[in-house]
Amino acid sequence: MYETNYHRAGSLAEAESAIAAAEDGKFLAGGQTLIPTMKQRLAAPTDLVDLRHLGELKGISKQGDGSIRIGAGTCHADVAGSPEVQAAVPGLAALAGMIGDPHVRYMGTIGGSIANNDPAADYPAALMALGASIETNKRTLAAEDFFTGMFETALEDDEIVIAVTFPACAKSAYAKFPNPASRYAMAGVFVAKDDDGVRVAVTGAGQDGVFRAGDMEQALGANWSADAIAGIEVPADNMLSDIHGSAEYRANLVKVMAKRAVASLS
Amino acid sequence: MTTVSMTVNGKTVSGEVEDRTLLVQFLRENLELTGTHVGCDTSQCGVCVIHMDGKAIKSCTTLAVQASGSTLTTIEGLAPGDELHPVQKAFREHHGLQCGFCTPGMVMAAVDMIDRLGPNLDEATIRHELEGNICRCTGYHNIVKAIKAAADEMAALPQAAE
Repeated sequence: MYETNYHRAGSLAEAESAIAAAEDGKFLAGGQTLIPTMKQRLAAPTDLVDLRHLGELKGISKQGDGSIRIGAGTCHADVAGSPEVQAAVPGLAALAGMIGDPHVRYMGTIGGSIANNDPAADYPAALMALGASIETNKRTLAAEDFFTGMFETALEDDEIVIAVTFPACAKSAYAKFPNPASRYAMAGVFVAKDDDGVRVAVTGAGQDGVFRAGDMEQALGANWSADAIAGIEVPADNMLSDIHGSAEYRANLVKVMAKRAVASLS
Repeated sequence: MTTVSMTVNGKTVSGEVEDRTLLVQFLRENLELTGTHVGCDTSQCGVCVIHMDGKAIKSCTTLAVQASGSTLTTIEGLAPGDELHPVQKAFREHHGLQCGFCTPGMVMAAVDMIDRLGPNLDEATIRHELEGNICRCTGYHNIVKAIKAAADEMAALPQAAE
């Protein structure tokens, strides 16, 4: 790891001024992606601004309209174990419990995960399928506008994710095929069904990161069963292809994971 | 350089570290607590697992400066005195190790697992919960047996839990 300068923020204002003063600073949440990336010298921020001790970024609360607001600094273990999340958005609690491994889940946070927008991260699928909104220190963004490509988001350099709010969705599920070593999704599919219809989002497979699967949404809207997906052709031309799996393999995995997610709900 | 201070195995310690120093380096090189190991260096193998503020974390994926102010337990501090912790004892009795390299991380992960899920653990749960710890010798069978035996013993003696 290259040299870096660590700053522990005691407040949001302190975090903002520390990042403004840094030459090439990065916010540090749980560090479960950033620190391994720095160890491999794939990232070399001059400064790290640690957000882990900001109380205003922590906690899970049920809002008046039944939605669930999760502070950006809330770790995956707390989301997975939250009775509020389990009741209102069961697929989200299940997804949080599948990220990494137990030790990673104690440190990794929802804000850190979405700000990094790894194309194989799990949370982006839930945010897209559930139509979550992302609150930052500057504005509120819809998930559709937040994720802009592989490792890319709408966040500005000095913008901090404060919280993510998920509408309640009792019929929600996530199925993923984890890479056997890294536990990252090689394909992960989140399905959400409510009175307005069905939404399906795919992570781990697409070259541009998370995406909605419109064909599957229509098919499932007309016929809510795993069979409805059987006839859908998932194109391989925009899928990731690497030593872990070809584009065609991932395209097939997307279909299989979507079927598993729907099957788990019926 | 930054001065860090924390409580490790019940003792207050401090040291001067570069900000890029990993917590596992600080434990091993500054504090000479070499029971916590470095294996894969890519956050996957779990031999560096310790407890920070009561939770099992990977000390190779945490900076020493991040841990400043925290309370840590490493494998050296698990047993209260001369007597082994029930999980350590069970690993010995059930031959839950061969080369022993993964054992400190396995034991720390097992103690956290029993703390979090309670002592009524079935085999499938134990195997699933070990997904962050890799062993290249045992095939896991005796590790799972040891954790089950320790959990059963701790169910009978809940005050023995960490």
